[in-house]
Amino acid sequence: MTDFTPIASTLGGILIGISAVLLMAWEGRIAGISGIASRLLPPYLDGAFLSRIGFVLGLVAAPVAYSVATGQAVLQSVSSNLPQMAVAGLLVGFGSVYGNGCTSGHGVCGLSRLSVRSLVATLTFMAAAFATVFVIRHVAGA
Amino acid sequence: MSFVVNLALGLLFGIGLVISGMSDPAKVLNFLDLFGTWDPSLAFVMGGAVITAFFGYRLVLRQPKPVAGTSFHLPASTPIDRRILLGSAIFGIGWGVGGFCPGPALTAVTLGSSGAYVFLPMMFLGMWLARLAVASRTAITAA
Repeated sequence: MTDFTPIASTLGGILIGISAVLLMAWEGRIAGISGIASRLLPPYLDGAFLSRIGFVLGLVAAPVAYSVATGQAVLQSVSSNLPQMAVAGLLVGFGSVYGNGCTSGHGVCGLSRLSVRSLVATLTFMAAAFATVFVIRHVAGA
Repeated sequence: MSFVVNLALGLLFGIGLVISGMSDPAKVLNFLDLFGTWDPSLAFVMGGAVITAFFGYRLVLRQPKPVAGTSFHLPASTPIDRRILLGSAIFGIGWGVGGFCPGPALTAVTLGSSGAYVFLPMMFLGMWLARLAVASRTAITAA
């Protein structure tokens, strides 16, 4: 079980939205994490590498900054089934780049721009994720 | 300068992930478990982010250009093809297996879980393979 946290979750969502808006205002780019992270790998087709590494380092540093600022540890519960996590990582990396976006690029930025393409992508990955968890937890019984 | 601004924006984004609970795969998997221990919190993350960006983008895109760039880079509205459906479905399956999407996998770097340390390099490998697949597809189409 995890606690239902509507207020903290909405607040966190607003911060994510503000970050996306400011990135558009500053660089004119979409805050899609799969796009930003995957372009850290070659080939480098534009001059935005330093910007991208900055954004990714900010993400990496965020839990540390949060803990320093609030004095609270960031709680996280991750599966220790390593073969399963390896497969999950491969699918997430491949699928998000092949499908041109993930939760942030299609889900947040695309939906807020009323992109039909992003809506279709978001419904597709949500449906696939719901179905996957259903199969793992209620069919396979893991 | 852009490096520093992006660092700050990545930090803001990541703190949003942490405060919202999205950085915790257990919370994500419970959100995805409609018929079990369902935790609807993540719908509020998406709601808060999308509504904020909806109004914010409208203000920003009224400007002639971004502060540190020559033009806004908005994804072209290309048709919905097999690639976007297949890619999104593959991504969704992986998200359902591990509970990590790319952002939370990156905020997990300093949190010390072995699962994240296996997930992350495999995610980058998957991204690299997808870029190769896209490049070869484009080459075939162009030929």
